[in-house]
Amino acid sequence: MSKTFRKFMYGIVLPILFLIIPGNSAGDVKFIDITKPYMRKIPIAVPYFKPVTGETVETETAQAASDLLSDMLTFTGFFKLLDRGAFLIDAENFGIIAPNINFPNWTTVGAELLITGGISIEGELMEIELRLFDTVKQTLLIGKRYKGWVKDQRKVMRKFAGEVIFQLTGSRGIFDSRLAFISTGSGHKEINFCDFDGTGSRQFTSHKSITLFPAWSSDGKWLAYTSYVKGSPDLYIKNISENRGVVFSKKGIQISPAWVPGKFELAAALSFTGDQEIYLLTGEGKIIKRLTKSRGIDVEPTFSPDGTKMAFVSKRSGTPQIYVREMDTGRVERLTFEGRYNTQPDWSPKGDKVAYSGMRDGQINIYVVGLEGDPPMQLTMDQGDNESPSWSPDGSLIAFSSTREGPSRIYICTAFGTDQRRLIKLPGQQSNPRWSPSGVID
Amino acid sequence: MRTKIGIICLLTILIPTFLFISSCARPMSTTSVETDPGAGTSADGLTEEEIKAQEAAKKAEAERQRKLSEEQLLSESEARTQAAEAAAVAFTNDDIFFDFDSTEINGDAQQLLMEKADWLMTNPAVTIIIEGHCDNRGTTAYNLALGDRRAETAKAFLLNLGISGSRMTTISYGEERPLDNDESEAAWARNRRAHFIIE
Repeated sequence: MSKTFRKFMYGIVLPILFLIIPGNSAGDVKFIDITKPYMRKIPIAVPYFKPVTGETVETETAQAASDLLSDMLTFTGFFKLLDRGAFLIDAENFGIIAPNINFPNWTTVGAELLITGGISIEGELMEIELRLFDTVKQTLLIGKRYKGWVKDQRKVMRKFAGEVIFQLTGSRGIFDSRLAFISTGSGHKEINFCDFDGTGSRQFTSHKSITLFPAWSSDGKWLAYTSYVKGSPDLYIKNISENRGVVFSKKGIQISPAWVPGKFELAAALSFTGDQEIYLLTGEGKIIKRLTKSRGIDVEPTFSPDGTKMAFVSKRSGTPQIYVREMDTGRVERLTFEGRYNTQPDWSPKGDKVAYSGMRDGQINIYVVGLEGDPPMQLTMDQGDNESPSWSPDGSLIAFSSTREGPSRIYICTAFGTDQRRLIKLPGQQSNPRWSPSGVID
Repeated sequence: MRTKIGIICLLTILIPTFLFISSCARPMSTTSVETDPGAGTSADGLTEEEIKAQEAAKKAEAERQRKLSEEQLLSESEARTQAAEAAAVAFTNDDIFFDFDSTEINGDAQQLLMEKADWLMTNPAVTIIIEGHCDNRGTTAYNLALGDRRAETAKAFLLNLGISGSRMTTISYGEERPLDNDESEAAWARNRRAHFIIE
């Protein structure tokens, strides 16, 4: 095999399934049902991965990689990561494959799941074997072998974390998603990106103006947003990687875009008639039709995952409330009734809920309301203003902005409001997080 | 008959009296006339220089008067300019204010808008931008729409007062450009405004 070819082969991470998942594993019963609130966190042990040769660089990479994987799994909110100091097994000397694992040693310390890894490094290339075990049933749930560059270890860990979550929840998870958000760090409101866990942040726009409302297309390739770069709030539709797109500019405002799932079409609030109405546009910025008709403000569209319904904010009843429009018939029904200021709806990826922000007694908090008439559930309370909820692509987490520490920053919680934590701390203030669809990070 | 006699009697008394008074007055007036035409030395002993000085003073006085009136005219026009400038400054300085989540033009705002309309009538060449703003309590997109409506409502009011729509453009900044960054009722109230800019 020529060196160039080998490099080419290793350049792309090659996941190789080398052990077949045993029949008596999780089966149809999912370990984790992410639709259930107040879910118990599953205790999981992730001992340091084993360096095969024991060389320093291998040991260091093994420890770093196991920490990375632990952080990613913890981020989901599904797991309780067990303290490595409490393990009964000598870290240097334990089995990583089933016949060599003493499962009672793991169940004794409370682990119900165990991840083992072995790593070998040759130059800049590494090979990692990773396994997930059910320590109670003493079975292997998944086993994977990856080959790639040492510098790509984060990518490898993301891939395996995705496999673990898929095995346990049946959903592909969030590990290949990122967030767009507004940051004032540069002195202007600009769109920034970061990976799902707040790492790898970078500035996307450099308009040196006021830039607002990032919106991902459902294939993750396009971003629509509003910017004042030409003086007024115009709509920008941009291909993220190819630096092309269009600007939609008319009289009045062009704000709060939302893409139609699976289509190169988007809805946005425009006011060229003097009245703020929601319109359907092509990805090329041509108006297809008007979607709302009421004297008064209509803004902030968000689509159900099948695209058959659109939730939006309207002042038609006198106060801003969330309504749902059937796209076929145009029939509109009111969704929120509690409170006098409910805005910023975001339809959940599973389709059964809408997250939004509501103001009560001058304080803004995050709420989730079911579409079947369930009462709204309040996720944040007494911690500054909490705004702009955005569902993770698997529907298990919600990103939002909060002023709980003073300046506005991005926070994450589970779909049920638990595990609230700051995602990222950057200079300036951060707001308006928008979680991408999955698959936007390679 | 009795009246005629009465009048005659009255005249016989009045005419001599009048004649007496006028004859008494004459010598005084004559004296004053005599002093006037005096070349060389005059009756009251003024030198030629003194007379010239007097005349120069008179001229200076006339000049001063002329200048004064000119200055007055100038200062009047200056005052007018200043007043116009003040009116223009007031036009841009005086924002109209709104209640929370409201686009309603209240009494104070109506008064200000009528003054602005007057000003626009007297300055027909001027075009303006009306900015709509909100306090930061609401949410970003809704506030942008609300600011848009505030600017549009102010524009509609001025339209009704006869100002041409082609002279007015609107822009909403929502909560993006607060005047006052405090978190207080007073600051919020100052930020809920329509602001007027002369292009």
